[in-house]
Amino acid sequence: MKYLEEFRDPELARRLLDDIRATVTRPWALMEVCGGQTHTIIRHGIDQLLPEGVELIHGPGCPVCVTPLEVIDKALEIASRPGVIFCSFGDMLRVPGTDRDLFRVRGEGGDVRVVYSPLDALRIAQQNPDREVVFFGIGFETTAPPNAMTVYQARKLGIRNFSLLVSHVRVPPAIEAIMTSPDCRVQGFLAAGHVCSVMGVDEYPELAERHRVPIVVTGFEPLDILEGIRRTVRQLERGEHTVENAYQRAVRPEGNPAAKAMLADVFEVTDRAWRGIGVIPQSGWRLSPRYRDQDAEHRFQVSGITTVEPAECRSGEVLQGLLKPNQCEAFGTTCTPRNPLGATMVSSEGACAAYYLYRRLGLPAAPPPARSLPVVPLEASPVA
Amino acid sequence: MCLAVPGRVVEIEERDGTRMAVVDFGGVVKDVCLEYLPDLAVGEYAIVHVGFALQRLDEESARKTLELFNELGLLQEEFGDPWEAAAGAGAAAKEVQQ
Repeated sequence: MKYLEEFRDPELARRLLDDIRATVTRPWALMEVCGGQTHTIIRHGIDQLLPEGVELIHGPGCPVCVTPLEVIDKALEIASRPGVIFCSFGDMLRVPGTDRDLFRVRGEGGDVRVVYSPLDALRIAQQNPDREVVFFGIGFETTAPPNAMTVYQARKLGIRNFSLLVSHVRVPPAIEAIMTSPDCRVQGFLAAGHVCSVMGVDEYPELAERHRVPIVVTGFEPLDILEGIRRTVRQLERGEHTVENAYQRAVRPEGNPAAKAMLADVFEVTDRAWRGIGVIPQSGWRLSPRYRDQDAEHRFQVSGITTVEPAECRSGEVLQGLLKPNQCEAFGTTCTPRNPLGATMVSSEGACAAYYLYRRLGLPAAPPPARSLPVVPLEASPVA
Repeated sequence: MCLAVPGRVVEIEERDGTRMAVVDFGGVVKDVCLEYLPDLAVGEYAIVHVGFALQRLDEESARKTLELFNELGLLQEEFGDPWEAAAGAGAAAKEVQQ
């Protein structure tokens, strides 16, 4: 119980844990889908507080991690072209392509810019009408609506020098792929709360029913995770397999209808490759025909770039819950956050990075946890 | 960019025909698009992801989540200088290789 006192409300955490212990009569394997949940779990030692036999398997929910090497190589090719301003979120800078990363492309003279929001990239396009501005559109159902809106706005404002390199992925087909894998051990899911904030829960009942697997929508607080686990094992022990929403303060059953409508207009569902996993049917989005002229892959003719992923990095197995990060031979030796082989280590939300950062299982000394910004209490904020 | 972060709406205005807000994330202030939550009002809280408000949140939940994300270093990642972070990681990687 060494971690328990670190909980914001240790007493409530203890009660939830006691309830889980009283409920569990046999081993269960649960998957937390979201990389943010993985970090909470490892940081607070939640997996070590659970009763013996209750195992948490880390899921594929880190957008940086699942972006295929091939797409990174396409991004690097486009970013290297003269006349291009390549805009990306900051956490893609160090993701290794076959022989370099975006950071290095910039060092070699490429105009790579980091933006906080895709709308920032659109503004850059407005300000540089003689340049081609490309935004690197990766991410799950939380990131796709902002990127969809940006493509829509570009069209609305007549900005023709803006395009999107699209590699968006969807959670439900990933759950389907995990459940149909012959190696699957997952018996229940903690669904990603913020994905459900956008998409609602409509896609899950059919999955839960077909695979007879409980799916509990879960937030990111340590107590959220414990509550998600409690509800999932309670269903498993009773032989139930329904969808529950344990994150009601941020997830409405219908999600965000405006965001879903924009997604349906700008994107269409397509098969997508996931890094280390391969193609999962219907697991991604691409621009719909109406917006296809804003697809950077076509505009810069990089569709022909194909990349075989190296065998040394076993992130694909980690992303499917088949391998714990510290079971990989490269983990903590030839692969560290500062010298990563694959995206699960370079992304701060990757399972490998979480294991490394929080010094799991006989690792050499890791760097201290990430630096922190001071959080000003909201009610005392000067801009109130 | 992976996680959505709660913030509080400070100001709202129309820009290029788009509903935009200034949102405070525990001291860091950013422009945020409200097109997906058009009826969000000044003083309310929302989950914000890459500059877009995606869902309402109550104040207590927002504050707790901000504290957690700060502890996990995720606010620094979201709002800190990405070039500095990438350069630091690169320099460290070189040292390791040597």
